[in-house]
Amino acid sequence: MAKLYSREALEEILRAYREWEENILPQWLSRMPERQEEFTTLSGIPVKRLYTPADLKDYDYMEKLGVPGAYPFTRGIHATMYRARLWTMRMFSGYGGPEETNERLKMLIKAGETGLSLAFDNPTLVGVDPDDPLAEGAVGVVGVSVPTLVDMEIVFRDINLGEVTTNMTINPPAPVLLSFYVAVAEKQGVSYDRIGGTTQNDPLKEFIGQKTHVFPPEAAVKVAMDVIEWSVKNLPKWNPISISGYHIREAGATAVQELAFTLADGIEYVRQLIARGLDVDEFAPRLSFFFDSHINFFEEIAKFRAARRMWARIMKEWFGAKKPRSWWLRFHVQTAGCSLYPQQPWLNIVRTALEALAAVLGGCQSLHTNAFDEPFRVPSEFAAKIALRTQQIIAYETGVADVIDPLAGSYFVEWLTDEMEERAWRYIERIESLGGMLEAVKKGYPQREVEEAAYRFQREVEEGRRFIVGVNIFREEDVEEVRRVPLLEFNQEEVERRQKERVRKVRSMRDEARWRRALDELRGAAERGDNIMPYVLNAVKAYATIGEIMGVLKDVYGTYVEPPYY
Amino acid sequence: MSMELTLSRPTTRRKVKVLVAKIGLDGHDRGAKVIARALRDAGFEVVYTGLRQTVDQVVAAAIQEDVDIIGVNQHEGSHVYIARKLLEKLREYGADDIPVVMGGSIPVVDLDVLKNIGVREVFLPGTPINEIVDKLLRIAEERRSRREV
Amino acid sequence: MVTRDYVLNLIEKAGKGDRRALGRLLTILEDVNSETAWVVEYLASRSRGAHVIGITGMPGAGKSSLISRAISVLRGRGYRVAVITIDPTSPLSSGAILGDRLRMQEHATDPGVFIRSVTTAGLLGGLSLSALSMIEAFDALGYDKVIVETVGVGQSETQVMNVADTIVVVTMPGAGDDVQALKAGVFEIGDIYVVNKSDRPEASKTYEYMLFVAEKGEIGRGGAWRPPVIKTSSTLGMGIREFVEALEKHLEYLKGSGEKELRLSSRRKMLVKLLAEKIVVDSLNTIAEAELSKLQGNVEGFYEKALEIARATGEKLVNLRIQ
Repeated sequence: MAKLYSREALEEILRAYREWEENILPQWLSRMPERQEEFTTLSGIPVKRLYTPADLKDYDYMEKLGVPGAYPFTRGIHATMYRARLWTMRMFSGYGGPEETNERLKMLIKAGETGLSLAFDNPTLVGVDPDDPLAEGAVGVVGVSVPTLVDMEIVFRDINLGEVTTNMTINPPAPVLLSFYVAVAEKQGVSYDRIGGTTQNDPLKEFIGQKTHVFPPEAAVKVAMDVIEWSVKNLPKWNPISISGYHIREAGATAVQELAFTLADGIEYVRQLIARGLDVDEFAPRLSFFFDSHINFFEEIAKFRAARRMWARIMKEWFGAKKPRSWWLRFHVQTAGCSLYPQQPWLNIVRTALEALAAVLGGCQSLHTNAFDEPFRVPSEFAAKIALRTQQIIAYETGVADVIDPLAGSYFVEWLTDEMEERAWRYIERIESLGGMLEAVKKGYPQREVEEAAYRFQREVEEGRRFIVGVNIFREEDVEEVRRVPLLEFNQEEVERRQKERVRKVRSMRDEARWRRALDELRGAAERGDNIMPYVLNAVKAYATIGEIMGVLKDVYGTYVEPPYY
Repeated sequence: MSMELTLSRPTTRRKVKVLVAKIGLDGHDRGAKVIARALRDAGFEVVYTGLRQTVDQVVAAAIQEDVDIIGVNQHEGSHVYIARKLLEKLREYGADDIPVVMGGSIPVVDLDVLKNIGVREVFLPGTPINEIVDKLLRIAEERRSRREV
Repeated sequence: MVTRDYVLNLIEKAGKGDRRALGRLLTILEDVNSETAWVVEYLASRSRGAHVIGITGMPGAGKSSLISRAISVLRGRGYRVAVITIDPTSPLSSGAILGDRLRMQEHATDPGVFIRSVTTAGLLGGLSLSALSMIEAFDALGYDKVIVETVGVGQSETQVMNVADTIVVVTMPGAGDDVQALKAGVFEIGDIYVVNKSDRPEASKTYEYMLFVAEKGEIGRGGAWRPPVIKTSSTLGMGIREFVEALEKHLEYLKGSGEKELRLSSRRKMLVKLLAEKIVVDSLNTIAEAELSKLQGNVEGFYEKALEIARATGEKLVNLRIQ
C-alpha cells in the first residue's frame, strides 16, 4: 500500500476546504456569480470548482500510477518517454493516382521521414475498382487510388520496402492491400522479416464510425482475424491491427464512449484470436491503438492515461498475458477533425495545437495533426506544413516533452482519470452483458449510443450550452477572407481517367487461366472457412483487382447494409 | 339544383417529405443522421437512403416517394461533380421542380458554383438546425403554393 | 384542387411508364376523401388482378431485406413489383424517419419496381384507406405483385394485412417473443411462415417449432391450404427461391379454390367501409369544429350538444351527392 495522504493530513485539508466553502466563497459568489450553473466535460461529466487531496482520499500511488515503463503504465509505456525519443510525427498523406503519391512519398523520405502513412481514396477503402459506377468522381479524391498490384508497384517505385515502414489506413480490403505490399516487397527482394508497418484492419469500429464496412459483422471480424493470424506467423515486424477509437469519436461519441468502445473492440479481438488457438503473448505485443484528441483538454489527457491503465489490467488480469510487452497500450493520435469548422478556418490551427498538446501530455507514441483547411478539402501543402510545424513547436519549444507524465499528481487530472475509467468500465460491463462487442454491434448498441451522443451534442450547441468560437459565439459574417484560403488543386478528372484506363489494361494483359484459378481457389478457401490470406496473396500476384477479390468475398460472405438505427 | 356539398378538406396539411441522401462512397454520415433526427423531431417525414447511393438511385427514390425536397450530404470533396450530375438527372426525368439542398464539407468558394448549378441552399457545418428547418419549411411551402395541385 | 383532368392525365401517363406521374398519383391517394374517392373507384375498375402480398413480423426480423431478395427472383420471372412499406411514426413529434426502403434501394432504378414508403401519421385519409387505395393504383397500372410491409401492430395495419391475398409472417431464430406472440394468436393468420436469418445457429429450433405448429393446423387462415414454413437468409440469399415458389403456389391455390375472388371482394368491402367511415368523420369534423367554437366558458350539457352535432352530421350526410 502506498497511500498518498495520511488521515491527519486529509482531515486538516478537508477542514480548510470546508472553511473556504462556508466563509470565504459565499462572499465572492455574491459579488461575482459563476459563469454557469454547472460545468461539464464534453462527455457530460460534471466538474467541481476545485479539487484537493480530499478528492483522492484512499489514493494508492503504486496501484494507480507506478513508474513509467512498468505496470499499470498510467505514466507511460516507456521508462524514458520523450526525453529519449520524441513521438513519431506521422502525417497521413496520399491523393490522386499512384504517380502523385510516389512523388509525395519520395519527397517525405528525402526530408528524413521513414515512417510513411498512406491515405486511400474511397473506392479503395471499400474495395471497388476505379471503373465501378460507385467510384465516379471519387477516384484519388481523399487519398490514393490503388486497385491493382501494378498501382502498388508505382506507389513504391524507387522506395526500398526493407528500409521504410508503412502505415495503411485500410479495413475490409486489408488482406488485399497487405498482399499488394508483400508482393511488391517480394519483387524487390525484401525478405518477410524486414517488412514493417501497420494495417488498420479494425472491423468493428467500421460499424460504429468510419462506415467503410463491406461484409456483415461476423465475416468482417473473421477476415480481420485472418490478417492478424497470418501476419503473426509470417511478418514478424508487422502491426496487423490498429484498434481505433478515432472514427467512433468522429461519428459523435463522447470521450468515455470512445475509450470504452475501443477497449471493448480490443477485448473481442483478443478473444477471437485465443479461440483460434493463438497464444496471447504471441500476438498481444502486435496490437496497437488509435485515438482521437478532442478540444476538452483535461478530459482527453485523462482518457489517454486511463486507457493505458485499463488495457494493462485487461491483458494481465483478464487474459493472463505474461510478457510486459503484451500489457502495453501503444497508440497513435489524430487531432479531432470534427472539432474543426469552416467559419474563420484559421482558428483551426489553434484548436489543433491545443489538441496536439493534450495528446503529448497524454503520452502518445505517434501523432497526426490536422491541417486548418480540413473542413474544406484534403490539405494544401501550406496548411499541412503548419500542422506539422505545430507538433515541432510543442516538441522543441514548449518544454512539455522534457518531463515524463508532467500532469500526474494534479488532484483534478487524477480524479478525472479515475472517473473516466469508472465510466468506461460501466460501458464495458454493459457490452459484456450483451455477449461482447461483436454481438453488441450486431444488436446496434454502440451505434445507437453514438448517434444519440452526436444528436445530444448538436442540441447543446444549438441551445448555447456548448460554445464554438466563430460558430455560435464571436461570429463573423464576412467571408471574403475565407474565400482567399488557398486550397489544394489537382486534376481529378485526369487521375480518374488514367486509373480507369490502367485497371482495364491490367485486366486485358494478365494470364487469364492463372487469374481464374486464383480467384476460384480464393472462393473455395472462403467457403471452407480457411484463412484467406495466402489465397488473396496468390490472387494479387495473378493481377486480380481489388474489386474482383472483394467481389468473390462478398459473394461468399454477403454485403452489409446498415439498418436505420433510431 | 343540388346543394353545394363539397366537404371541407382536413385542417392539417400533409407533412413535408424530405429525402436525405448520401451519394457515393463517403461514410461520414454523422451530419446526415443528426439532420434526419432533427427534421423528424420538427415533424418532417424523412426518407433516408442509407450510404453509398448513386445519383440515379437518389433520383429514383425522390420520384417514387414524391418528396418535397432532396437533401444531399457530402464530405468527400466531390460535391460539385455530384450536384451537377444530380440536377442533370432530375431534369432528364422531369423532376427538376424538386429543390435540392446540400450540406457538408464544402469550400466557401464553391457556394456560388453550387448555386449556379441550381442547388437551392448550401448548409455549412455549424449552421444551426433551427435555421435549416425554417429554410426547408419555407422552400417546401413556396413550392406547394406554386404547384397546380 | 385536384381536378379530374389532372388526375386522369396522371393516370394515363403513369400507365405509359411515367414514374413521376405515378409518384404524384400516390400522393393524391395519401389523402382520399369524398373529393378524390372517384379516383380509387376509377382505378379499381381497371384492376388487372394483381397478387397482393402482405408481409408482417417483428421489427428486426429482416422483412425489408427479404423483400429485396425476393424482388430479384420475381423480376427474373418477369413480374413487375410494387412495394408499400409502412413505417411507424415518432409519437413525440409525429415526424418520421422512413428507413425501410434503404434495404431495397438496389432496385430503385429498375423500371419494373416501384417502392413507396408511407407513415402512419402522414396519411390524412387514414392508413388503411390510403394503403388500400395505393394497392388499387398499382394493380390498375400493371404491377403483378403488390407487396405491403408492416410491423403488424396497430389496428389499421392489421386491417390492411387481413385483406391481402397472401399473408407472410416473418420470424427469426431466438425470437422467443415471436413464439409467445404466435401462441397469443397475433401471428396466427399467415399463409406462409418464414424463419429468416437461418444462417444463425439457433435457427433449426425455431424452424422445428414453427413446423410443429403448422402441421398441427394451429396456424393459418383455414381452408385446404397448409401454411408452409420456409428457412431463409437474406444476408446470404438462402431459401429465397423456395420462398418465391411458395408465394406462387399459394396464388395458384387461391385461383384454383376461388379464394382469390373472395379476397378481392373482402378487400373491396373494406374499401367501402373505410370510405364510409371517412365521409362520416369528415362531415362530423366540419360541423363539430363550427359548433364547438361557439361554446364558451364552462361547457354544460354535453350529451345534448353531442347529439345535436351527430344529428346535424346525419342531415348533412343525407344531402350528400356524388359530384
